[in-house]
Amino acid sequence: MEYPVQSGFRQRKIQPEVRMRGAPVDPGDPRLLFDDTSAGGIGHRQALLSDPVSNLAMVYGSSLASHGREMMDQNLDRFIPISKLKYYFAVDTVYVGKKLGLLVFPYMHDNWEVSYQQDTPVAPRFDINAPDLYIPVMGFITYILVAGLALGTQNRFSPEILGIQASSALVWLIIEVLAVLLSLYLVTVNTDLTTIDLVAFSGYKYVGMIVGVIAGLLFGRMGYHLSLLWCCVSIFVFTIRTLRLKILSEAAAEGRLVRGAKNQLRMYLTMAIAAAQPVFMYWLTFHLVR
Amino acid sequence: MAFTLYALIQTAILFTNAIAVLHEERFLSKIGWGAEQSIGGFGDEPGIKAQLLNLIRSVRTVMRVPLIAVNSVCIVLLLLFG
Repeated sequence: MEYPVQSGFRQRKIQPEVRMRGAPVDPGDPRLLFDDTSAGGIGHRQALLSDPVSNLAMVYGSSLASHGREMMDQNLDRFIPISKLKYYFAVDTVYVGKKLGLLVFPYMHDNWEVSYQQDTPVAPRFDINAPDLYIPVMGFITYILVAGLALGTQNRFSPEILGIQASSALVWLIIEVLAVLLSLYLVTVNTDLTTIDLVAFSGYKYVGMIVGVIAGLLFGRMGYHLSLLWCCVSIFVFTIRTLRLKILSEAAAEGRLVRGAKNQLRMYLTMAIAAAQPVFMYWLTFHLVR
Repeated sequence: MAFTLYALIQTAILFTNAIAVLHEERFLSKIGWGAEQSIGGFGDEPGIKAQLLNLIRSVRTVMRVPLIAVNSVCIVLLLLFG
């Protein structure tokens, strides 16, 4: 390390510099914000910091960067409600296990109501009926991976196929959510279903699709058809029982027969949404199993 | 069917354009879907037809100016990249 003879206090600064290479990062230290791991890193950093003006410029630049990041976080929160999204990811292992079991076997579950705590819905960790986004997101990613696996066993795989499957499934999801939103608007349902709730409910079918495709890989077409039939019926029942409480009026949701065109229309809407799920499940998986 | 996100955007633009070109007095009034024919009372049940007419009218009002911009961008991109 050749550099011109420094004065005393700069030599003292060099020693902690060398020790800090392996030490844990101090978050308040602006010099470590852009860690240079190249071979000449130590020499460069010291050559930079030897000039007080560039030291000042570096501190100012890093403060600008953190300020910009704060501003971007605030603005991003306006478009994508990140704080609301966090509610949907507040899950734990027990919830995920129970929910997956409920998606495949919803026939024994009695109480489908979402519990509230002083007007705000309880986090999914504490209430199995609450919608979450963890299972749909993981299901989507797993579906793409399983699709790649299935295509690979038939020698039809190429890396672009993964991207095509992903964008195709995403487009169908967006179309389905938009169609449900449009029909909810037309029927003037006063519901507290948000768009993210609808995305969550539409994403639950990926679990059934994955089960069907894996069964098809293991047991052939017969296994695929049988398991897909089972999962389709389960998702149908699950969707009806979950959406019935949200879309229908309270009297009809309790099971009492309520006459009237409005409730009949809402029941038809719920059944249409539930019937669209098996259609999509078959549509998105039948080309994967030969 | 391999859909791409680009196909979805194209579909959305085409649908919005189709709704935007429905002329109020030449077409919609002729088939009984005009704006002034849908104002019922202030009952609590607008009904599907009234909601649909409301939707068409609001899409035409709101999306007129953004559609001009989006269509211009589309024209330029299609001219450049085919």
